[in-house]
Amino acid sequence: MQASPQDFAENPDQQDFLQPIDRTDRMIPAIEFRDVELSFDDKKILDGVSFEVRKGETKIILGRSGGGKSTIIRMILGLLKPDAGQILVDGEDITAYTEKEMMGVRQHIGMVFQEGALFDSLSVYENVAYRLHEQHIDEETVEKEVRRMLRFVDLEDAIDKMPIELSGGMRRRVGIARALVGDPTIVMFDEPTAGLDPPTARTICELAIKLRDLEDVSSIFVTHEMNNLDYLSSEYATVDDDGNVIFEEEGEKICMINTRVMMLRDGKIIFSGSDEELRRTEDPYILRFIRGK
Amino acid sequence: MNPLKKFLFELQEISILSFGALMALFTKPRYIPETIKQMDLVGVGSLPIVILTGFFTGGVLVLQTFPTLSYYSAQGQAGEAVATALVRELGPVLCALMVSGRIGSAISAELGSMVVSQQIDAMRALGTDPVRKLVAPRIFALILLLPLLTVAADVFGIIGGGVIASNIYNQDTNVFITSVRNGIETQDILGGIIKPVFFGLIIGGVSCYRGLSTRGGTVGVGLSTTSAVVQGSIAVIIFDFFLSKALQTILDLGRL
Ligand SMILES: Nc1ncnc2c1ncn2[C@@H]1O[C@H](COP(=O)(O)OP(=O)(O)O)[C@@H](O)[C@H]1O
Ligand SMILES: [Mg+2]
Repeated sequence: MQASPQDFAENPDQQDFLQPIDRTDRMIPAIEFRDVELSFDDKKILDGVSFEVRKGETKIILGRSGGGKSTIIRMILGLLKPDAGQILVDGEDITAYTEKEMMGVRQHIGMVFQEGALFDSLSVYENVAYRLHEQHIDEETVEKEVRRMLRFVDLEDAIDKMPIELSGGMRRRVGIARALVGDPTIVMFDEPTAGLDPPTARTICELAIKLRDLEDVSSIFVTHEMNNLDYLSSEYATVDDDGNVIFEEEGEKICMINTRVMMLRDGKIIFSGSDEELRRTEDPYILRFIRGK
Repeated sequence: MNPLKKFLFELQEISILSFGALMALFTKPRYIPETIKQMDLVGVGSLPIVILTGFFTGGVLVLQTFPTLSYYSAQGQAGEAVATALVRELGPVLCALMVSGRIGSAISAELGSMVVSQQIDAMRALGTDPVRKLVAPRIFALILLLPLLTVAADVFGIIGGGVIASNIYNQDTNVFITSVRNGIETQDILGGIIKPVFFGLIIGGVSCYRGLSTRGGTVGVGLSTTSAVVQGSIAVIIFDFFLSKALQTILDLGRL
């Protein structure tokens, strides 16, 4: 186990000598793209994309729809192979992995799909338990884990419902619970707040913040909603004295927020950096994107 | 892609998919509950329509051939005519066409909507091979149950023929039964059971491939469903010809 982020928050300068071994391990990026290219029917979708997501970092990917954001995520899961370039997950080059080899890599990746992608024919319980059922884990353990995950997304009441009975926001949260079973070290969100009302969207961002700050998960968060970016890059989660999770605005305290932003346009990365850098940019395309006009 | 290239490509993909599914049956993990569910859908679910189809086909065969047979004073052979036609050809083919319409469409629609709602991706992301979990049980159910359904169609077809012969043409039922028994041989029955095994594989392979290769949202699901039924049915009819020829040679069937 790595030291929890609260320890870092309280003793930001102690981590070096407290965790000397971890640091070499933490230098290896959770996800790395090297010059990845992909075309569909002569149309270049990704054109020389290189980036890395460090351990414990949340990478926000911005870009127009059809810009190739979901494609990047599908590639990390090995659902799609690049035409050229390399993809590394936890330092392992997965580019040429077979479907069978990918199954091992996918074990520690959680994926939240755009519309939730719940299995219609299975109940909420069976959806969340899917991965555990596949591993033939005994039902008692499964139920405990499913309840824990549903509590995390605050949906324990819906355990016996069918996906068709859920609202869009609930489906998305069940999708998150399903992705988090088995404590993945990498979680990817594909437009998790699209089409949701602001409070529900906020709840989903809070879940992502909790994962980043309390569970030390590396994640990719695809969105085109600027308020998602605001939440993720200005707030952090800690546990107060009573054991409740609270969200605090980044203030005078040292900036601990581990979020980076990247923007795609026509298959190329046109920006990569922190949110402050994004806001300071003078690129007219990015400005238009940020301000929406 | 030009049409020929596309056809060959799809043929290759369907073959790879079917082969992969068949191989998956021999290794773990197997999805037994899913397989039983599919067997219920394919077998029990299709039984009524297959029985109806068989019964009325047998009936109409007698209805149409009896006058001609009596013209040559061969009405005693009505049973043989019906039985041979049904067991060798019409039973397997009609049954496969009915199942292609009922099950092929259901499979491609179900898999297609799973593709467009990203459930297939989710399944792979959660560590399940969709070929194992979805394709193998469906193809297995079709291969196992299509021959059984064909037997049901044959039997009810012969019964239908007998009912028409005795009720409309006043033929003695014993004459009809004797003629049936004289008419069909072991090879006929064997051939009539081997054919549907292949038809099951064809229907399963085509409809699973169509479903899994669905693109373009709900409109795409409609298109794949249509092509699954059309291509599955045509493939059955074309393959039936070559299979009949092969069986003639191998089982020494249909000599003059
Ligand atoms: N399987 C596919 N076949 C052909 N084109 C595809 C396929 N998947 C995605 N595309 C195309 O790739 C582009 C990028 O898609 P996507 O990654 O889903 O965009 P985003 O998630 O940024 O909205 C789109 O133009 C889309 O039409
Ligand atoms: Mg997308």
